[in-house]
Amino acid sequence: MSKILIVAEHDGARLNPSTSKCVSCAAKIAGASIDVLVLATDGAAVAAQAAAITGVGKVLVADNAANVEPLSAVLAPQVAKLAAGYTHVFGPSTTFGKDLMPRVAALLGVGQVSDISGVDGAHTFKRPIYAGNAVLTVEVPADAVVVATVRVASFEAAAQGGSAAIEKVDAGVALPSHTRFVSRSAATSNRPDLQTAARVIAGGRALGSADGFKIIYSLADKMGAAVGASRAAVDAGYVANDLQIGQTGKIIAPELYIGIGISGAIQHMTGIKDARTIVAINKDGEAPIFEAADLGLVGDLFALVPELEKQLG
Amino acid sequence: MRRIMVGVKRVVDYNVRVRVKPDNTGVITEGVKMSLNPFDEIALEEALRIKEKGLADEVLAVSIGVADTQQQLRTALAMGADRAILVQTDVAVPPLSLAKIFRQLIDKEQPILVLLGKQAIDDDNGQTPQMLAALWDRPQAVSCSKIEVADGKATVTREVDAGLEVLEVDLPAVLSVDLRLNEPRYVKLPDIMKAKKKPLDTLSLGDFGVPEAPVFKVVRVDPPPQRSKGVMVKDVAELVDALKKKGLV
Repeated sequence: MSKILIVAEHDGARLNPSTSKCVSCAAKIAGASIDVLVLATDGAAVAAQAAAITGVGKVLVADNAANVEPLSAVLAPQVAKLAAGYTHVFGPSTTFGKDLMPRVAALLGVGQVSDISGVDGAHTFKRPIYAGNAVLTVEVPADAVVVATVRVASFEAAAQGGSAAIEKVDAGVALPSHTRFVSRSAATSNRPDLQTAARVIAGGRALGSADGFKIIYSLADKMGAAVGASRAAVDAGYVANDLQIGQTGKIIAPELYIGIGISGAIQHMTGIKDARTIVAINKDGEAPIFEAADLGLVGDLFALVPELEKQLG
Repeated sequence: MRRIMVGVKRVVDYNVRVRVKPDNTGVITEGVKMSLNPFDEIALEEALRIKEKGLADEVLAVSIGVADTQQQLRTALAMGADRAILVQTDVAVPPLSLAKIFRQLIDKEQPILVLLGKQAIDDDNGQTPQMLAALWDRPQAVSCSKIEVADGKATVTREVDAGLEVLEVDLPAVLSVDLRLNEPRYVKLPDIMKAKKKPLDTLSLGDFGVPEAPVFKVVRVDPPPQRSKGVMVKDVAELVDALKKKGLV
């Protein structure tokens, strides 16, 4: 029987929704038991949130002053130690999990399955390769621990309403001091989080400047949407890197995505193809984004976007 | 000798529209343009800049791949790497084995820094740097967009979901690089000529004692599900109507 350990992503106070998506992925393995591991300085609050996810059997909390920031070099030895007895160790395919999980896999002496987008069995998984231009079905040897990251956009959040037991654990391993956290500049915004928002308004290079992006923010605020951007817009300095959608940015799966002035480079499309409805507004009717858009509108975005905002009343 | 080791991979060029083989065993790579993995090119550029600032003495480019990978290593030498090592193999080597090979080369070469791209654009695994750091028991910093080396340490800025994160790591360390770190230089013709005379050593995968058989079995490779082309609306009013009908606004 599969015994799955999920490494929780959190900021010290709140559990990241990526954890719940990992639980959904794990629950697709028939008969699996699912535990969540919280590595924190004081993980009680985060553990309580993890315990409320339906399908979680047990929440393990490893409190340690060294866990104040999610440094992979510090977390990985603890995860590797606490993974004893588990058949699978999952983390989210967010920047947190992508950083941590390969280090865990190497410490356990096994390979890693990156970016699980589908589960075919306890040891058989689907994952995108070539920027999503192909889907690989891969089989991990049955006798190896499966270490994997889960492509969070491919799974719905698990339901709430669970009441898992919470158990304190201590990895009891020596932790390195060669890696030190200095600072984090998080963009403060009252808008919904790009990765979990139900609606996303994204702008591209055609906005022309940081100033030009104002019409995107304005429409997003009207619609209660998150703001995203193409790589070209981030490279041009119109918006910060944390708004980038695509292969090397965020992979999103909102109910509604509206791409404005975005041509639809393959690496951007990789990040939005799980959106329920894709709307494209672009002055170039030949732009590749229209090939995948459910609704397309050709025209001058500086006229159409304010008009759209107005008509949404 | 303050040496920087840079890992580079030969991959299908990022401009190629990749197609899945009709028998679903992989993607078509025959007759397709191959290039240096773009992230690795950025790693190499950064190594060269660190050397040009006088903070390193030698840049060593290492690749593990087929014999033709010599082409990509010659490109690396033309960009400015001082020498190159090819660990030659005909099989696709999984990330953990790549990390084990780098680990053995590190014992021999004693680099102060190892730079790698954050992922290869073919398998999109994004694992080798972190696995190498684990096996080496050294710091890792993933997705670096700024690297400053001084006094046996590196201060790096990383692109993370929340924004930008700054870490300080003791050297030696493994750093994986992101797109916005730098813009790689263009190779000039005289540099290509010069690169032909630079040392390129070829070793055999068999010398490293890592398993050659693939660890994971490729069951099949499929094209991604396609989204069907939707409808074009003629104006904003029609768009708003359509969104309302779908219950989206």
